[in-house]
Amino acid sequence: MKRQISRLQVRDVSLYFGGVTALSEVTLDVYEGEILAIIGPNGAGKTSLLNCISGLYRPQQGHITFVDNNGRHHELTRLRPYQIAQLGIARTFQNIELFRHMTVLDNLMLGRHVHMKGNLLSCGLYWGRQQAEEIAHRERVEEIIDFLEIEHIRRQVVSTLPYGLQKRVELGRALALEPDILLLDEPMAGMNVEEKEDMARFILDINEERGVTVVLIEHDMGVVMDISDRVVALDFGRVIAEGPPDEIRSNELVIQAYLGDESLMAFV
Amino acid sequence: MECGVYFTTYKDDMALRRKPLEKLRLALFAALVVIFPFIASPYWLNLANQIALATIGAIGLNILVGYTGQISLGQGAFMAVGAYGAGVLTARLGIPFWLSIPIAALITAAVGVLFGLPSLRLKGLYLAIATLAAQEIVEWTVVHWTSLTGGVEAMVIPAPRILNMRLNTDFRFYWIAVGMAALTALFTANLFRSRVGRAFVAIRDQDIAAEVIGVNVYLYKLLAFGTSSFFVGLSGALLAHYRTIISWERFTLETSIVYLAMIIIGGLGSIQGSFFGAAFMTLLPAFINTAGRALQSTFPAIATVLPAVQQSIFGAIIIFFLIVEPEGLAKLWRDIKNYFYVWPFSY
Ligand SMILES: Nc1ncnc2c1ncn2[C@@H]1O[C@H](COP(=O)(O)OP(=O)(O)OP(=O)(O)O)[C@@H](O)[C@H]1O
Ligand SMILES: [Mg+2]
Repeated sequence: MKRQISRLQVRDVSLYFGGVTALSEVTLDVYEGEILAIIGPNGAGKTSLLNCISGLYRPQQGHITFVDNNGRHHELTRLRPYQIAQLGIARTFQNIELFRHMTVLDNLMLGRHVHMKGNLLSCGLYWGRQQAEEIAHRERVEEIIDFLEIEHIRRQVVSTLPYGLQKRVELGRALALEPDILLLDEPMAGMNVEEKEDMARFILDINEERGVTVVLIEHDMGVVMDISDRVVALDFGRVIAEGPPDEIRSNELVIQAYLGDESLMAFV
Repeated sequence: MECGVYFTTYKDDMALRRKPLEKLRLALFAALVVIFPFIASPYWLNLANQIALATIGAIGLNILVGYTGQISLGQGAFMAVGAYGAGVLTARLGIPFWLSIPIAALITAAVGVLFGLPSLRLKGLYLAIATLAAQEIVEWTVVHWTSLTGGVEAMVIPAPRILNMRLNTDFRFYWIAVGMAALTALFTANLFRSRVGRAFVAIRDQDIAAEVIGVNVYLYKLLAFGTSSFFVGLSGALLAHYRTIISWERFTLETSIVYLAMIIIGGLGSIQGSFFGAAFMTLLPAFINTAGRALQSTFPAIATVLPAVQQSIFGAIIIFFLIVEPEGLAKLWRDIKNYFYVWPFSY
């Protein structure tokens, strides 16, 4: 089992929206090199947890600590989202949030933003060093385009692409950041079987070949069983179970939580 | 659409003008711009100068509104800062003409950043109201700070000169106006094919995603206000030196709205569009005036209705573009180019 080093420590995190409890004393670890699946019925708090990690929500209570490659600890609940991205945490969204009027290339180039140095003046002049920087990062982006097999659409405006490809571009943008941890919010939702298989293959490759730690929210239990090393189940904002996939699938509490949620009947 | 054109290096692929035809078209346009002042009458030269200055202002506004998605009703105010800045620097402080222009533009950039602060909290209509406040504050200041600006009296500044050469003719000023417009266009084109400009556009399209991918959205919004205001201030400063007389009435809310119309008609988020819009909004009133005066001899009553006619035509055209072609003249131009690109094999 790959669970030596904890890279992300969520401790006692609670998040409220008025009277609604989105997360309640959530504690979990993300270990280096693993694929962690987060499951739970609709409204369980999965997206809220991701939003807390990436800095979009600020929990009223608890801590989230990220351990970087040099072993330094960063308290994420005190940082702005762009700072968390700079640390090497990238994500995708449940409802695709691409830069709709930009091309695929430009979307991916934005993934390189934190690695580039260009400032207002150097960009406006576009002399020597700035041009060299743009080209160097374009090469990195092209490598990701190859990997995701989206060469044919690189100059297309994102909003003109079909849903499945948009999902793939969004993955590419997050990947361009070269994250240590990749947070994926339902990357396969709304896809057909073939698209799901492609996506699963990409996620596995990203994890194995690029050594990226993946946190994945997914409703399709088949996929979760296939690709995740470990599963955390949420219900009403609480962690109700944690363990390897086959253990979670037969966990009483998890089955209870899913009862009555017909979107997941296949699971029971 | 792009049949038959391939690039072997990323450098070529990332060039501003990628295709031979595009390069040719740009060269032709440049040649025209150089020949124009030698063949044009003073009347047309004056219009050309107005268009060049308006293009700079329109590109400035477009950086903020079209590219970064931050609405602004403060264009008139920022132009005023540039114009009065240049005026005060030369007429009161004796700073040379050429130096007063970048300083005035930088002052405007600083004022733009200041009035951009509400954008960190406000969006859309609310931001529009906040920039409207900026417009009113600057207007009020210009009118009431009489010792500095001359108040409601016009402020007269010395004719621009470089090395003892006076630039007070339309022909001479043309080279400065057009040169600065070209530099503005080039800078902006470069900006939006590289890191900082991309971040601006990302904020327009999806500010949350921009922040999450690592763009410091607060910083970049202020940067957009600063960059935009720099060019708007540049336009104002050049206008002051061109007219050598500055009056606050040129920089009212109406100016802000005319410039918004300019970039809507020309094309939001487009440099070419900024130019088209500037040309259109400069030529149309000139044309209506000429037509009106021609008709006046036969129908003397026309003089009284002319301003109203002008306003109605403006209004109608803006509505037309909002409904029929929201991407403006730049889009029409693109369609024409694409049509001829595959001509005669239209499919
Ligand atoms: N911005 C918000 N404002 C108010 N309530 C919110 C907000 N975000 C989440 N919530 C609430 O928090 C709870 C958890 O929502 P969350 O989106 O995290 O669930 P989820 O597990 O991702 O569900 P789904 O499977 O439907 O995506 C829900 O009750 C939701 O209504
Ligand atoms: Mg969700």
